[in-house]
Amino acid sequence: MEEIAMSENKCSALIIGGSAGSLDVLLNVIPKLKETMSFPIVIVLHRKKGTDSLLTELLASKSSLRVKEVDEKEQPLPRTVYIAPSDYHLLFEKDGSFSLDYSEKVNYSRPSIDVVFQSAAEVFTNELVCLLLSGSNADGVNGLEQVKTYGGKAWVQNPDCATVPYMPQQAINIVNTDKVLTIEEMIYSINALDNTA
Amino acid sequence: MIIANQISDQEIETLLEEILDYYGYDFTEYARASIKRRILRIFTLEKFETFLQLRNKVINDRKFFKRFVEEITVNVTEMFRDPKFYKCLRSDILPKLAAYPFIRIWLAGCSTGEEAYSIAILLKELGLLEKSLIYATDLNPIVLEKAESGIFSLSQMKTYSKNYIESGGIKDFSSYYTATYDLVKFNRDLRKKMIFSTHNLVSDRSFNEFQLILCRNVFIYFDRDLQHKVLQLFDASLEKNCFLALGTKETIDFSSIARKYERIQNQKIWRKLQ
Ligand SMILES: C[S@@+](CC[C@H](N)C(=O)[O-])C[C@H]1O[C@@H](n2cnc3c(N)ncnc32)[C@H](O)[C@@H]1O
Repeated sequence: MEEIAMSENKCSALIIGGSAGSLDVLLNVIPKLKETMSFPIVIVLHRKKGTDSLLTELLASKSSLRVKEVDEKEQPLPRTVYIAPSDYHLLFEKDGSFSLDYSEKVNYSRPSIDVVFQSAAEVFTNELVCLLLSGSNADGVNGLEQVKTYGGKAWVQNPDCATVPYMPQQAINIVNTDKVLTIEEMIYSINALDNTA
Repeated sequence: MIIANQISDQEIETLLEEILDYYGYDFTEYARASIKRRILRIFTLEKFETFLQLRNKVINDRKFFKRFVEEITVNVTEMFRDPKFYKCLRSDILPKLAAYPFIRIWLAGCSTGEEAYSIAILLKELGLLEKSLIYATDLNPIVLEKAESGIFSLSQMKTYSKNYIESGGIKDFSSYYTATYDLVKFNRDLRKKMIFSTHNLVSDRSFNEFQLILCRNVFIYFDRDLQHKVLQLFDASLEKNCFLALGTKETIDFSSIARKYERIQNQKIWRKLQ
């Protein structure tokens, strides 16, 4: 049933938010994604500032998709993985382009996953999929709720196989999530969103 | 939680138009995603029930309007933010300006002044402060008052000191200020080469010719058209062979002035060639 409902809306953007323990997940998932991917993938990871190029290079070296850091006012493209820069909040303009904002931290974080999810929810509505990974705080949970309000999909990493289960577990407790995924299931589900096949 | 659709895009447009008519502040070419988020933030903080209440307060209460401007023009800042950038200023850019008899620097969108004190420290350490003038401007008079006072919170100094050292500083950072309780005051001699003034990048004109213009983390709030206009203002205010610096995520590449400029290493610093 769920699969059928999913295929009704095309996916215009996948946003992945993660904190402590998420890097490993990304390193396992991103390299296994189809290179035809018909939508942009945006990664928002809590991390120390000044480590941007390292993360981008690391993912780029392992992926057949283009991997780059977000530039302000850039229009996201399919077949591309975008990394949200550290120390800025990431927002979306109405036309889908990226916007950066250097305002107060939210949930002690900048970028905050809540901020990105909330902004994307409004712009991409029911064509949005947001995935929340491992982490030790609840950043992203409110955002997922907003995603649901606008008709998008809320996916979370299965807390049983998350390095730090707190974040996905909070999401499951509070949000009516659409999928709870192991790493293998993530790869499968994301690839299934690709509608070029 | 903030529910974004409490305020429609049309309501935001109307409010920005009214502010322009009423107060002469033009935010109509600001990037919408951020401004909308800021307006929603005030709406929630001030516990307004309807957008009309917020609108009436903005238009009828001048004091509230000041606060409103302060909220929507994000003024978060830091000393020696992006240490690599300051390192490049210290080792490449400022030494090139040493040849000038007099160095004029424009800090546009200086916020509460942390950048200005950082630059003054660099100039002092390079022995250039005496022949320099730092024009630090912002559209918001409230942040400029704070900048002029040179008083910052002690709790930030650990981060700033770390940034300073990463940017190539070798002195004891705490020798630049005196601490009392939870505040620090930066030394007067850093302050004496700074001129603070309101200047709105949207509506005010060029007011001098500079050897270095810094405008960091202000462009992210502007749409492309406005960025282009402001770049022309900077171009008209910059001496040939001199430097323009933007924030780490900002660029001049999309603009027609770009062909006259050459980028320095992989920094967001450009040299004006013609
Ligand atoms: C995020 S702060 C950047 C501070 C500092 N340059 C930095 O990078 O840390 C943005 C500043 O730009 C100022 N600003 C916004 N619009 C402006 C305008 N039209 N003219 C002048 N300053 C403006 C705001 O008041 C705020 O102080």
